[in-house]
Amino acid sequence: MTIFFAILFCVSTLVLVAGLAMKIAQYARTPAPLKIPTTPAPLTKGGVALRLGREAVLFESLYRANRLLWLFAIVFHLGLAVVLIRHGRYFQAEIGFLTQLVQPLAQPAGLAMVAGLGLLLVRRFVSERVRYVTRPSDILMLVLLLGIGVTGMAMKCVVHTDIVAVKAFFTGLMGFELRPLPNDPLLGLHLLLVCLLMIVFPFSKLLHAPGLFFSPTRNQTDTPREVRHLAPWAARLEEK
Amino acid sequence: MAAAPFDIPALGDPARHPVPAIKADAMAASRPYVAAEAHQQPLGFPGELTEGWEKRAIDHMGGLLSKYRSLQVFMDICVKCGACTDKCHYFLGTADPKNMPVARADLFRSVYRRYFTPVGKLAPGLVGARDMSKEVLDEWYSYFHQCSQCRRCSVFCPYGIDTAEISMAARDIMDSIGQGQKYCNEIIGKVHKIGNNLGLPAPALIDTLEGLEEDILDETGVPVRLPIDEAGAEVLLVTPSADFFAEPHVLGLMGYAKVFHAAGVSWTLSTKASEAGNFGMFIGNYEQMRKISMRIREAAQELGVKRIIFGECGHAWRVAYSFLNTLAGPWDFLDPRYPVPQHILEFTSDLIARKGIKLDKSGNDGMVLTVHDSCNVARGARMGDRPGGQFTIPRDVIKAAVPKFVDMHPDTICDKTYCCGGGGGLLTDELIELRVKGASPRMEALKDVVDKEGVTHMAAMCAICKAQFTKILPYYDFDREMVVSVHQLVSNAIVLGDND
Repeated sequence: MTIFFAILFCVSTLVLVAGLAMKIAQYARTPAPLKIPTTPAPLTKGGVALRLGREAVLFESLYRANRLLWLFAIVFHLGLAVVLIRHGRYFQAEIGFLTQLVQPLAQPAGLAMVAGLGLLLVRRFVSERVRYVTRPSDILMLVLLLGIGVTGMAMKCVVHTDIVAVKAFFTGLMGFELRPLPNDPLLGLHLLLVCLLMIVFPFSKLLHAPGLFFSPTRNQTDTPREVRHLAPWAARLEEK
Repeated sequence: MAAAPFDIPALGDPARHPVPAIKADAMAASRPYVAAEAHQQPLGFPGELTEGWEKRAIDHMGGLLSKYRSLQVFMDICVKCGACTDKCHYFLGTADPKNMPVARADLFRSVYRRYFTPVGKLAPGLVGARDMSKEVLDEWYSYFHQCSQCRRCSVFCPYGIDTAEISMAARDIMDSIGQGQKYCNEIIGKVHKIGNNLGLPAPALIDTLEGLEEDILDETGVPVRLPIDEAGAEVLLVTPSADFFAEPHVLGLMGYAKVFHAAGVSWTLSTKASEAGNFGMFIGNYEQMRKISMRIREAAQELGVKRIIFGECGHAWRVAYSFLNTLAGPWDFLDPRYPVPQHILEFTSDLIARKGIKLDKSGNDGMVLTVHDSCNVARGARMGDRPGGQFTIPRDVIKAAVPKFVDMHPDTICDKTYCCGGGGGLLTDELIELRVKGASPRMEALKDVVDKEGVTHMAAMCAICKAQFTKILPYYDFDREMVVSVHQLVSNAIVLGDND
C-alpha cells in the first residue's frame, strides 16, 4: 500500500501540475482579439483585479443570478477551502499560521463541504432545467468529491486513522523518502479518490478555477476608445 | 390584435419572473432562410455544403479556438450550474430547453469535446460528446439563429461565459462550409455593393435628406440642414440606414439634425459610410467586420472631419465603441480632444448639461416615457467617462425632454435588460414566431408600467429594437407607435432659433 500510494501520488501530482500548466499556457497564449468585457466594466487594472476577486471569493455574478444556488456553492467552496488549508498540516514539519488559524473550523468546514455537495447533487435531479443539461460526468464529479468528503469526515469523527503516520508518509514523500502509511481501508479509499481528482482536474470542468481569471468578459478593462487593442493575428491583416 | 398562427405568451408580473416548464423541441422547426450562392459568394463563402464539409467545419473550429481566447476558455470551464437557464428571453418566451444558454452552448461544446479533448475522444458518452453530422449542423443552424447575441447570460454566469461568442463562432463555421444565413449575408453584400444595409443608393439618400429638410422647415420655420458628403465639416455622423427610411427612426434623425443646428456644429453624413450597422459581428467574422468598419475610416479621411459621432443603434454602438479603434484605428488624424467615436447621446447630453441647447418639455406634452436599454449598449459598450454612463446618459436626455419618465422593473433594465427579441441578425419575417415570443419578457415589463404608471411611450436607442417593436407591439395589443426614438423626443422638445 505504501509503495502503491507513493507512486500514485507522484504520478497524480505530475499530471495535475503538468496538465494545469499546459492548459494555463494555452489560455495565456490564445489572444483575445476584441474588447468584450460585460459592461459596466472597470476602467483600470486595479478595478479588474477587484472584479475578479469578488467573482472568485464572493461569486458576485452567481449571487445576482440565483441566491439558492449561490448559497449551496458558497457553503461547499468555503468548506473545501478551509479543509484544504487544514490539510496543510500533513505537509508541513512546522504547522503554519494559517493552518493553525482554521483548526477550530475543521469539523464544521468538513460538514459544510459535504452538505454543499449533497445539495448540489440533489439539485441536479430535482431541478428540471438543470437535469436537462446534466451529463454523467457532472454527476460523477460531485460523487467523487462527496466520496472524498465523506471518507475524510469518517476518519475524523468515526474511525480515527493514525494521522501522525500519515503526516510522516507525506513529509517523507516530499523528500523522496518512503515512510509507511497506516494500513487503513478508509484512508486508502480517501487517498485513491484524491489521486483520481488530481488526475481528472486538468481534463474536466474543474478548469473553471483557473479559467475564470482568463475569461475576457471579466478580466478586461473597459478602455477600447482610450487604448488601441490589437491581437497579433489581427495586426497581420492590416499588412495586406 | 394581429392574428398569429402560434400562441402569444401570456404576460405576468415581472417582479415574480414566472419561468416556464421546458417543452422539448418547441422551436426545432424555427429556421431562417439559408443563403444562396449569390449571397455567399460576395463575402467569399462557399455557395453550398460540399463533400467533406464535416472535416472543414472541425478544422475551422480549431482555427477559431486558437484565435479567440473567449471561445477556448468558455468551451472548457462551464460547470453546468444552470444559473443562466432562466435568463434568456428566447427560453422564457418559447420554453424550448435548447434556448437555455448552457444548452445552446452545449450544442457547440459537444462537438468541441469530441474532437479537441481527451475525454471526448475516449469516452464521448461520459461528457455528452458528439460527432459532427448533418443532424448536428441542422440543430446548430436552427438554435444558433435563436440567439440574439444579447449577452444577458454573460451577466449572470459565475465565469462570465458569453453565449454570443459561441453563437458567433458557430455562425462563422457554418458560413465557412457553405451554410450561411440569407438575411445577414444578403445585407452585408448590400453594404459592400451599395454602402448600406437597406441598399439605398446615393441619389435616394440625397433625395430623402432634402425631403426631411423641407419637413423641418414646414414644421418649425427654421432652415435646419441635413448635409451629406460635405468636405470640411467638423463631425461625420454615422447612423443606421433605417434612420433614412422608416418611422420612428427618421424622427430621430431629424432630432440629430436639430441638435447640430442648435449647437452650431457643422456636420455631414457620408454616402460611403451611410450605415452604422455592422452585421459582420452577427456572423462572427472579424474580416467582414473590419472591412465594413474601414468604410468609416475612409469617409472620415476623405471628408476631412475632426470627429465621428454615431447615431442611435445598439449593435452598431458596440462595434463602434468597443471594436472600431481595433478594427479601423488608429484615429490620430482626428481631434484628440474628443473620444473616437462618440455617441449622439453623449453629444446631446453634454450640450444639455452645458446649456448649449434648450429643451421645452411641453413639446412632449401628455407623454409618459419609459426606456428600453438595448443589450449591446447596456452590456457591450459604454457612454461617457464612467462605467454605467450608458444607463444614465440616455435617461438624462429623456428626462430633460419629457414631462414624466418611469423606469421598468429593475430586473429588466440596465445590464439586466431584456433583448427586444429581434437582435443579432434575427430581424427577418420568417422568424416572426421567435421574435414575438422572445419579446415577451420586455412586453411583460412594459405592460407592468403601462398598467401601474400610465406609461404611453417607450424610447429606444437602437434601429433593430425600433423596427422589432414596431412590428411586435400589436401582437401584445399595444400601438405600434408606442416605440419612439430618443432623439425624436429631443426633436419635439428642442427650442430652435436664437440660442444665446
